[in-house]
Amino acid sequence: MTALQETVFLQGHIIDSLILAKVLDTILMMGGTFDLQDVTIGATRDAPSQARIVVRAPSSRLLAEILQAIQPHGAAVERDSDCRFEPASAAGIFPDQFYATTHLPTQIRLDGDWVEVEGMEMDLGICVDPAKARARTLPMGSVKPGDLIVTGREGIRVTPLARPRERDVFGFMESVVSSERPHQPVIADIAQRMLKLRVGYRQGQPDTKVLLAGGPAIVHAGGREALTWLIEAGFIHVLFCGNALAAHDMEAALYGTSLGYGLTAGRSVPHGHEHHLRTINRIRAIGSIHEAVRSGVITEGIMAACVRHDVRMVMAGTIRDDGPLPGVVTDSMQAQEAMRAEVQGVGLALLVASTLHAIATGNLLPASVPTVCVDVNPSVPTKLADRGSFQAVGLVMDAASFLKELARELGWRL
Amino acid sequence: MSRLLVCPPDHFQIDYEINPWMRRENAVLPSHAVNQWQTLMHVLEQDVGVGLERMLSVPGLPDLVFTANAGVVAGRRVVISRFRYPERRREEVYFAQWFREHGYEVLTLEKSLYFEGAGDLLGFPDTWFGGYRQRSDIRSFPKLSEIFQREIIPLELIDGRFYHLDTCFCPLSGGELLYFPSAFDAYGLAAIAQRIPEEQRLTVPEDEAIRFACNAVCVGKHIVIPAGCPQTTRVLQDRGYRTHDVELGEFMKSGGAAKCLTLALD
Repeated sequence: MTALQETVFLQGHIIDSLILAKVLDTILMMGGTFDLQDVTIGATRDAPSQARIVVRAPSSRLLAEILQAIQPHGAAVERDSDCRFEPASAAGIFPDQFYATTHLPTQIRLDGDWVEVEGMEMDLGICVDPAKARARTLPMGSVKPGDLIVTGREGIRVTPLARPRERDVFGFMESVVSSERPHQPVIADIAQRMLKLRVGYRQGQPDTKVLLAGGPAIVHAGGREALTWLIEAGFIHVLFCGNALAAHDMEAALYGTSLGYGLTAGRSVPHGHEHHLRTINRIRAIGSIHEAVRSGVITEGIMAACVRHDVRMVMAGTIRDDGPLPGVVTDSMQAQEAMRAEVQGVGLALLVASTLHAIATGNLLPASVPTVCVDVNPSVPTKLADRGSFQAVGLVMDAASFLKELARELGWRL
Repeated sequence: MSRLLVCPPDHFQIDYEINPWMRRENAVLPSHAVNQWQTLMHVLEQDVGVGLERMLSVPGLPDLVFTANAGVVAGRRVVISRFRYPERRREEVYFAQWFREHGYEVLTLEKSLYFEGAGDLLGFPDTWFGGYRQRSDIRSFPKLSEIFQREIIPLELIDGRFYHLDTCFCPLSGGELLYFPSAFDAYGLAAIAQRIPEEQRLTVPEDEAIRFACNAVCVGKHIVIPAGCPQTTRVLQDRGYRTHDVELGEFMKSGGAAKCLTLALD
């Protein structure tokens, strides 16, 4: 939940008199939190100091009580102004001074009231509805002429994420990505989260979906059975992937190979390089992955599990795809829209062995969603961790080992 | 020679109750009040050797006698008080008028900032301390600090009996501080301790604090102190000060004593 907040300003000889300390202590003792902004210490004894303090509280009542308690010590509420907005003059183009979003919870001030921006995601604009009662994020490509787009920086406030209450791996503000970090405790924490989320999901609670965005290395490296089990056991509810993961998974179902390599024998089989093309061709002939599973052509694996367990799938195409498989969205902007729709209600994201899908998914997620990025290449988790989310955990490890260990934590027995 | 602004108690009485000391039924005896005030003036002029500037009393303004609350003076500049209670706000124009007639540059703060003059702002040559919460608004101090180019350390007054800083905090000419610690919170005490070393802090016991031991006037090595504060008097004498006890019981009915009845002009 986004905390309610108000910015107060304090000035004078507030350091030596301990007035600043008293104000900050008061905020904390009353159950609020604060961020110190723009603290200027007077250069000489005579020169005053000043501090801008963002006060936060879980309820408007408590916030009002805190503000009332610190007001006698000189902490005066700064009067904010409303945000500015302009109509877009053409389709797909923001006004020049448009405000670009972060992935943090954001509010804008409309007619004196702070309104939560819906659909928080980084690198978008903010569109205000004509009644000025609601605001939502909007991608550049979706702007229609006349849409009211927020401009400038006034009347906009961004809330840094509070440290999560849970004392697990997501609860520590670490964005260090290291191959030397012990994996087991991290994976155990992720498993605990997934157990809780599965309970919530089954009870229909909000923000309990688990998303997995994965690359084909999951299949090559031998993580297919573990992922299939995770889906069948009800731990994964949304899958983002490309043409390749689906093709190799079904290649394995039909031929027992992944890109021509025998998954059990571990060596290439004669004419194996054709297997994925023949698989794609076969599914294209059937018309859809769904039908291929339903008709019994694909009997096991990740795709079969997704179809049988109603996992929402978005397959986004790329320029090097073969086929592609039916259902792969080849228009990138359409794929982005489809992914954007599916990240709503996600409470945990697992980004496994796919630079492209991991980064794309990371960009779509609000910072509040705990995110695990697993890759043998440290640059992928590092890039995601650099987004500044408290709740991003990077694991430098092989996809199959991760999925197997995670599945084992959750009760998978071979 | 030091000069003090004073106002005779011709119209002094208790017409309203704006601090815990004031009780309308506890009426002032006018002749006693006049005698006590005259004695105080005599001691100040004759024993201490200060010059007195007497302003005229005004009917209907009983507390005009407490000139410490006129404003705060530095050099030829004065910032006139803005009283928290409307009962005393009518005094502001008379104080301003006196200073204007005597050639001072008269400044005022914005009307929303309560500030009760030297009652809440006093200190040492370098550092001033400002009492807030009971009467003065802490936000007045940054403005005063800018006007007078002085550091002003705000101190919260947490005991309603000590509603002005000069009722519990008295800087002395030798750098010592006479004060009643319980009138301040831990933050205030820490801020005081940071500026005034322990051996310079002279603590007043509660039974003398409520007899306004801290509401004393210190000029050079002379200290004029309300009568009935033997312990404090002894401590001050041990420090080499010459103390002068003055009976001021009639003014204590209104919550003031020696310091409240005077305003240092330079």
